[in-house]
Amino acid sequence: MVNLGNDEIVKYPFLTEAGKYLNDKGFSLEQFGSDPDLKKIVDNAFDRIITSSEGRIFKSDPSSNNSALPLEIFSFLIAVILLKLSGMNTLIRRFSLAEARRAEKFLEKDLMNHQDATKTKLSLQILQELFSVTVEKTDETFTILVSDYLKHSINFHEREWKLINRRVTNGKVHLTPHETVRLVRKELDRHIYTKINSSSTPEMISGFETYVDKLKQLAKKFEVKTVESKEFPPCIKHAIEVLEKGENLPHSGRFMLATFLLNKGQTVEQIAPLFKNAPDYNPKVTIYQLNQLSGTSGTTEYKCPSCEKVKSQDLCFPVPACDNIINPLQFGRKRV
Amino acid sequence: MNAKDVTLLEDTFKKFYFEHFDLLHVPEDPNQREFGYQKFNGGMNRHISLKSDKELHLLLMQNKPSDVYCSNARYMFPNLPMSEKDWQNAELIFDIDAKDLRKEHPKDNTLIKCSDCNEISQLNTSCPNCQSSKLSFITLTCNDCIKSTKDEVIKLNQILVDDLGINEETIKIFFSGNEGFHIYVPNSEYENVGSKERAEISDYIMFRGSIPETFGFRKFNMNKSSLPKFDDDGWNGRLAKHLFGTKSNRPKISQEIVSGGYALFQKKLEDFRDSIGIKIDPNVTQDIHRIFRLPGSINSKSGLTKIFVEDLKKFDPYVDACFIDDEEIEVAANCPIEFSLKKKKFGPFNNEQVSVPKFAAVYMMCKGIASSV
Repeated sequence: MVNLGNDEIVKYPFLTEAGKYLNDKGFSLEQFGSDPDLKKIVDNAFDRIITSSEGRIFKSDPSSNNSALPLEIFSFLIAVILLKLSGMNTLIRRFSLAEARRAEKFLEKDLMNHQDATKTKLSLQILQELFSVTVEKTDETFTILVSDYLKHSINFHEREWKLINRRVTNGKVHLTPHETVRLVRKELDRHIYTKINSSSTPEMISGFETYVDKLKQLAKKFEVKTVESKEFPPCIKHAIEVLEKGENLPHSGRFMLATFLLNKGQTVEQIAPLFKNAPDYNPKVTIYQLNQLSGTSGTTEYKCPSCEKVKSQDLCFPVPACDNIINPLQFGRKRV
Repeated sequence: MNAKDVTLLEDTFKKFYFEHFDLLHVPEDPNQREFGYQKFNGGMNRHISLKSDKELHLLLMQNKPSDVYCSNARYMFPNLPMSEKDWQNAELIFDIDAKDLRKEHPKDNTLIKCSDCNEISQLNTSCPNCQSSKLSFITLTCNDCIKSTKDEVIKLNQILVDDLGINEETIKIFFSGNEGFHIYVPNSEYENVGSKERAEISDYIMFRGSIPETFGFRKFNMNKSSLPKFDDDGWNGRLAKHLFGTKSNRPKISQEIVSGGYALFQKKLEDFRDSIGIKIDPNVTQDIHRIFRLPGSINSKSGLTKIFVEDLKKFDPYVDACFIDDEEIEVAANCPIEFSLKKKKFGPFNNEQVSVPKFAAVYMMCKGIASSV
């Protein structure tokens, strides 16, 4: 495992074992609820959560870490305890993302650190050990194996991350330090989230009640309600039109249409007649295949393909209302 | 297909397999592969496990299949249902098929079959017999089609080696047995990647989803010197050659691109998909649970064999992949255009009883344009 100094723990506090760290420093959780001198740390931890809930990144204050009690490490650890006590998943999600983005900034800076090669080495080591990504440094750019790149980049929906939009030579993708770190943001987020989620929840600590109640109140703000229109997205409308005209809809189009309607709750019997006009229509085969897709005959219930996939199959005919959706099923869904 | 035709084809295929067991092998790791086969007029039998060449040969003799398949994927339990197979990895495979390359059907090599009245005729927009527009197309031997698929295979190989870092010596090319090629990339780092990642690889190869920024075109402060250069590697270099043609054209054309603006360049990039993107079938590459025609087996769409291609340039599928014997047999043929096999010309046959070598008879029967008498 990466050998961390105090400087590194400040940057990447999620790499520590919370309970062990506090113990090693000679503290118990209860002290944070009762000792007025430690109240500042709990306040900091609470602020750290509030900042993350607003989508901002907690700002580091290097001077606060020079004391015998590195405040930022403690505030992270206590924030995790407060979040666990609140049990509010939405806040944990926001917190892990913000912490991931904070760590990302440090990782990027360390990768580019020309003065101190050990910093670059350590950040490369973190990438290797946490995310199994082997990054090689070549002059100003970094390269990673295409196969490693793809495992991470498929999490992004922005087109700039598509392999076609990358410099690819000899089995490697070239990236800037910023892109290298950005590539693992989701995994970093997931790593922090999993770590928080898998840590045990302590009994309520006397002195933490008010903070925890406030967090529970705060979480209510993020409850989302949505409404959905009944209109079909243009890709689905197009597929239906093709079939109505008796033209041949490719297999991928039939798959998209059937899974879309099944996912929207229609039954196999309701969907089957749509394929009546297909040049190769066979009622038995249609019912068999729809049953397969719906999961009634097999074990898998197939999902409607993503917009990206639909696009790659030349079945996408976007309209402005398609902006910002990543699956045809989301078409017409609005937050209220 | 009528029972008499089925018997003739089954017996012919069986004879071929019996005489050419040397062409048919299970892969190196047979107990991790899923096998499958189809019978004439029958459905697909999948989730079969075979442990040796002997078991494969026995399956061929006992079942007289029309088509035989083997997964590119390796599983812990290949004979269990898909969700229980426990996928381990899969060879990366590309399929280049003449049907995906052509903008229109080659007039001299295509027949139409009417879905309403079953009439077979020369290429037309509707059925000359009943005027129906519900048609299926039957392509017969076409040297130009094979030539263009070969060119595409060569371009694909270049990208696999130069961009994706695949060792050229490991790439294996197979004729598909009909009108295309399967390109296998065994033992590469890509074996472990899933379907979504493979979709990205196919988009890369097909030049799909590119944005102007990738080729140095910025929305603001655009400078023509940032556009691709001839000696750039990857798609930048290939695009430069396509865009500018010669180095001396670069300044003029660069200026036109800059003046045309971002949206126009984006449009151009989309159009280039057709001209410089490699025309692989993306669904084949993305599907990590597919079973592929087994090398050495006959393709029942043509009666030709899927075989390993040693020298792509010299390879002639209509000679090198045609293994059926030349015993003369009588068939009722309805083939209103000419085709060529084993360097011999056949047809046109207008609904007539003809005596032809068995390989030509089988070819026509597989194409649905002849019946045994």
